[in-house]
Amino acid sequence: MTHHIKFRSLTAAVSALALAACAGQSAPAKSASSKPAPGAGKGYAHDPFPSTYRVYPGAPTLVRNVTIYDGEGGRIDNGAVLFADGKIVQLGQTLDAPADATVIDGTGKWVTPGVIDIHSHLGDYPSPGVQANSDGNEATAPVTADVWAEHSVWPQDPGFGRALANGGVTTLQILPGSANLFGGRSVVLKNVYARTMQGMKFPGAPYGLKMACGENPKRVYGSRNTKPATRMGNVAVDRATWAKAVSYKAKWDKYEKDGGDAPDRDIAMDTLRGVLAGEILVQNHCYRADEMAIVMDMAKEFGYRVTAFHHAVEAYKIADILKANNTCAAVWADWYGFKMESFDGIGENLALLQKAGACGMIHSDDENGIQRLNQEVAKAQASGRRAGIDIPDAEAWEWLSINPARALGIADRTGSLKPGKMADIVLWNGNPLSVYTRPEKVWIDGALLYDATNPRLRPVSDFELGQPGAGDVK
Amino acid sequence: MKAVLHSLSALAAVLATPAMAQTVAITGGTVAIGDGSQPIDHGTVVMRDGRIVAAGAGIAVPAGATVIDATGKWVAAGMVAGFTNLGLVDAEGIRESNDASARTSPFNASIDIAPAINPQAVAIGNERAGGITRALVSPSTGQSIFAGRGAVIDLGADADPITRARAFQYVELGEDGASDAGGSRPAAYAMLHDALAQAQDYRRNPAGFGGREQASLVKRGDAQALLPVLDGTMPLFVHVERASDIRSVLALKKQYPALKLVLVGVREGWMVAPEIAAARVPVIAAALADLPASFEALAATESNVGRMTAAGVVTAISTVGANTAPGEHVLKQYAGNLVAIARVPGSTGLNWGQAFATITSKPAQALGMDGDIGSLRPGRRADVVIWDGDPLELASAPLAVYIDGLAQPMRSRQIELRDRYSVPQEGALPKAYSR
Repeated sequence: MTHHIKFRSLTAAVSALALAACAGQSAPAKSASSKPAPGAGKGYAHDPFPSTYRVYPGAPTLVRNVTIYDGEGGRIDNGAVLFADGKIVQLGQTLDAPADATVIDGTGKWVTPGVIDIHSHLGDYPSPGVQANSDGNEATAPVTADVWAEHSVWPQDPGFGRALANGGVTTLQILPGSANLFGGRSVVLKNVYARTMQGMKFPGAPYGLKMACGENPKRVYGSRNTKPATRMGNVAVDRATWAKAVSYKAKWDKYEKDGGDAPDRDIAMDTLRGVLAGEILVQNHCYRADEMAIVMDMAKEFGYRVTAFHHAVEAYKIADILKANNTCAAVWADWYGFKMESFDGIGENLALLQKAGACGMIHSDDENGIQRLNQEVAKAQASGRRAGIDIPDAEAWEWLSINPARALGIADRTGSLKPGKMADIVLWNGNPLSVYTRPEKVWIDGALLYDATNPRLRPVSDFELGQPGAGDVK
Repeated sequence: MKAVLHSLSALAAVLATPAMAQTVAITGGTVAIGDGSQPIDHGTVVMRDGRIVAAGAGIAVPAGATVIDATGKWVAAGMVAGFTNLGLVDAEGIRESNDASARTSPFNASIDIAPAINPQAVAIGNERAGGITRALVSPSTGQSIFAGRGAVIDLGADADPITRARAFQYVELGEDGASDAGGSRPAAYAMLHDALAQAQDYRRNPAGFGGREQASLVKRGDAQALLPVLDGTMPLFVHVERASDIRSVLALKKQYPALKLVLVGVREGWMVAPEIAAARVPVIAAALADLPASFEALAATESNVGRMTAAGVVTAISTVGANTAPGEHVLKQYAGNLVAIARVPGSTGLNWGQAFATITSKPAQALGMDGDIGSLRPGRRADVVIWDGDPLELASAPLAVYIDGLAQPMRSRQIELRDRYSVPQEGALPKAYSR
């Protein structure tokens, strides 16, 4: 029986791939001059490793008597949320439970959308952090736009389970490291263990391109006497690469429109072409304000937009410029002073961005920090209050939900508790902006995948099975 | 709050003078002593001549005392950062400023970090404003399992940061030790035993002991530095994580009975907690480490500290094994999390008083210094922080910090930056003129 099912799904997958291949690379039938145009975006497959994520079964559920932050700034005290068939159905003060619904009394508890971490290396730099598992950064050349973070994701990383159980993380972006100017493609995952990376992949989420400015690229390559060794070298290599990408895009656009001989494929340039076409979002590691300003001008020069600067410890110095460029900043609450370009980090970074009307969000970049992003937001909010910037709790929660969802291009599907969106929900055992609070239950697409009161609903990755820690469930 | 701040600055002016015979009473606040006891509502803290006179409920304000009203606030022992490089680095990633490790030095155990401590380091000012008043500062290893001698410092805004120089020797005996020793744990133990044997050789016959050649396995100064370790007059901090490594370290006492061991890291400590407790060896633990980050930490769990404490182990927490980029004052958040998990079924946490002790008296106790620092018990150095709320809560921050009874400046470089950019645009002049 098992074999049969496996075989059937495999067959289905194979035929899907075959279809994709047919659609993507229509074989030339006649002579070169008369090869037909494949059509815009159809010169090659754009999704060769498609998501096989499956929504697990969930019961229609009503959580009531609970404080709700809806993830878009809205708050309902003593409210209720109903979800069914994997989707949010309704929020309100009082809701009637459908006959078949599980009803949970949330008195004294909070409900929020699941936490979204836009900057993680889980799976790529998994635990245990041994050399054999160090797959997060193809630091062999300053431009490695051809690598895809998803091809390094180890779906057995114990960190996924910790991020779920302790942090209420339901969606996360896995990025390549920052040694390169062009680090490669990111991938967005649902935080649901699977046997394969494809099984975790967020269906339909756009890819990101990881870029980096500042100390890392110039240090890593400069120390090998390779360009870039300076910040000006960083920008020079960036511009040369974008110029090449513009040309690559023109060739492929023309071919897809007019037909003829297909241009040579360049896997790295595919990704940059995707950026220039607006399909792939730029996620740019950058610390210093002045460098971010240069990068935004460079983006205009070549016709793309930086979706978000990551780390951005000096974003507060240019909050107005970020806002004018419609570029977000994904930051830590309080990391500072660990290297020269982070020397000016301050705890008010997020609050100052919010005050200026710029788009900010929290991020972890850390397998421990991802377990406490709600706490990081609480610290950032409190720093703001001490500086006279009063950001209400429900609004601060946007830094964990709708803002990262927007910067990942998935805000139409998750990132807030709007009817019809994915039921990615956390029930917290108290105020989630308190240090004394932890997730009690986490649903992803309406499926209960963590329950603090039920040890069977705490995941244990293959690596931990039979080991003394065993997923920290003992 | 305005009134308190006002009186605090007046007090700072008074206390900053060398003669400080004033008695100060901080009244009306919730008092957190730091010795493991629970917070006391409407308590009083009295300090005089840089020491705590009394703290708790029902304490009379001495006649003539300067009174600070802390009603609605918390008055707590200053945090003691359990294991840091504070004052040794301006930023870890700025190699030129980093004195934590000497990769190519011929010396190891004899390294003494005290002369390198820079009380003006930006991080000291920021962390002081964050509520850290003392810190254990340790070197990191270079070419040996021995890192050298760490110190206890205060974070006061003055020229004399050292509370105790040469307070402990630090040694690596887990994976890091294996690497330092040339590639294996057995090699690390060989290096340890040889160094201690040579220290004894040196004691027996200093004149006949070489140790001045580049090729000497143990330099003369390093041998000298290990004698107080052998005698148990200087604690030996040992970084290990794995349960079996912990057992091996505890077993060293059979061969070197006077050793005064302190374990650092200890992520698998819960598995051998009764043995650690029976050996009366204190622990400075990685606070919340719950990932199998290495093969020596496969059993890591957030419950580690709670379980060791329950077993009777004197357990402090630290940023060992964690990212230190948030600064050492993140310790209060870690302690808060240990309270949080007490409510999670299946987890073992701490109560509030126990958790606060892990960042105040317990690190002091690990060094045998809890009679001098780390709590508001009578006679201790008056390291006191007035908080605007529960110190372990995320939203709380210090309003005033006293070190040795002296009110400290609260304006850090980070606050200067914040104020400069409260509006990002330039005004009538460039930002460089705004200060």
